Amino acid sequence: MQIVSLISLWFIPALIGFILLYGTYKRVPTYESFVEGGKDGIKIAISIIPFLVGMLVAISIFRASGALEFFLDMIRPLFTAIGIPPDVVPLAIIRPISGNAALGMTSDLIAEHGPDSLIGRMASVIQGSTDTTFYVLTVYFGAVGIKKMGDALKVGLLADLAGFIAAIVIVLIVFGG
Amino acid sequence: MFNGTISEVNEAVFKGAKEAVTLCIGLISILVFWLGMMKIAEHAGLLDKLAKLFRPLITRLFPEVPKDHPAMGYILSNMMANLFGLGNAATPLGIKAMEELKTLNGGSTEASRSMITFLAINTSSITLIPTTIIAIRMNYGSASPTDIVGPTLVATICSTISAILIDRYFYYRRTRKG
Repeated sequence: MQIVSLISLWFIPALIGFILLYGTYKRVPTYESFVEGGKDGIKIAISIIPFLVGMLVAISIFRASGALEFFLDMIRPLFTAIGIPPDVVPLAIIRPISGNAALGMTSDLIAEHGPDSLIGRMASVIQGSTDTTFYVLTVYFGAVGIKKMGDALKVGLLADLAGFIAAIVIVLIVFGG
Repeated sequence: MFNGTISEVNEAVFKGAKEAVTLCIGLISILVFWLGMMKIAEHAGLLDKLAKLFRPLITRLFPEVPKDHPAMGYILSNMMANLFGLGNAATPLGIKAMEELKTLNGGSTEASRSMITFLAINTSSITLIPTTIIAIRMNYGSASPTDIVGPTLVATICSTISAILIDRYFYYRRTRKG
C-alpha cells in the first residue's frame, strides 16, 4: 500500500511538470492559456456558493437539532456490524442526486471529523469516485429528447453503489490499519 | 423542538452559511490553478492524443457505433475532458455525443444500447485529480491533502469497471427477453 501513497504524492507535481513541458514543446502560449482556463475556475467557485450555503445550513440545522444523531443511531448497529462508519451513509445516499449537496456534506464531514480521519478520507474518496447520476441522466437525455431511458437509471445507480463500496473498502485497506 | 436545542439551531443557521462562503473562497485558488493547467493541456492537444490512445479500447465498448462516426469522436473527447476534471467542457461534448447516438438510432426517443453504456460510464466518471476535494482538505488543514488521489483513482476505476459490467449484464438480459 506504500505504493499508492507514493503515487498520490508524486502524481500532481509530475503531471504539472509534464503539461508545462509538453505545452512549451508544442509552442502553446502557456501563460495565456493558463489565465484563460483559470477564469473558469473563479466562475465555478462563485457559482457553487448558493448550493453550498443551502446545503451546509440544512446540515448544520439537522445536526444541531439532534435529528442527524437520531438517524445515525437508528442505522448504526447495521453499518458498524459490517465495518462501515454510519456517518458516511447519508453522503452515499445524496451523492447520485446532487453533486453540490454531496460536496456540502463531504466538507461538513471533513470539518467535523478532520480531513485526515478515516471518515474524512472516506468522504473524500466517495465524493471523488462517482458522479451525479441523476444530473447526468437528466442533462444528457433531456438535451436530446430521450423519453424512454430503459435500464439507464438502474445501471447508473448500481454503478454508484459499486463505487461507494469500492471507496470504503479501499480506504479501509490503505488507511484502516 | 423535541430535543430542546432551538438555540443551537439558531446559531447553526448562520454558522453553516458562513462556513459555506468561506469554503468557496478557499476553493478558488485550486480551481483557478487546475483549470488553468488543464487549458494548457487542451491547447497543446494532449486531450486529442489521449483520445487516440484510448480509441481501440472505447470502440470495443460501443460495438454499434461505426469506428469513424462523429459520435465516437465526441464520446472520446467527453471521456478525456472528464478524466482531466473539466466538467464544464465535458457536458457539451457529452450532449453532442448523445445527439449523434440518437441519429444512429434513427432519431427514436428511446435510449439505445450505446446511449445507456455511454451514460453508465459517465456517471462513474474516471477523474485523474479530484481537484475540489483536495482544495477542501487543504482548507481544513490536512497534513497530506493529496493522499486520497491514489485511493480515489483505484475506487473510480472499480466503479467504472462495475458500470461496464452492470451495463453488459442488463443488455444481455434485455436481448434474452426480447
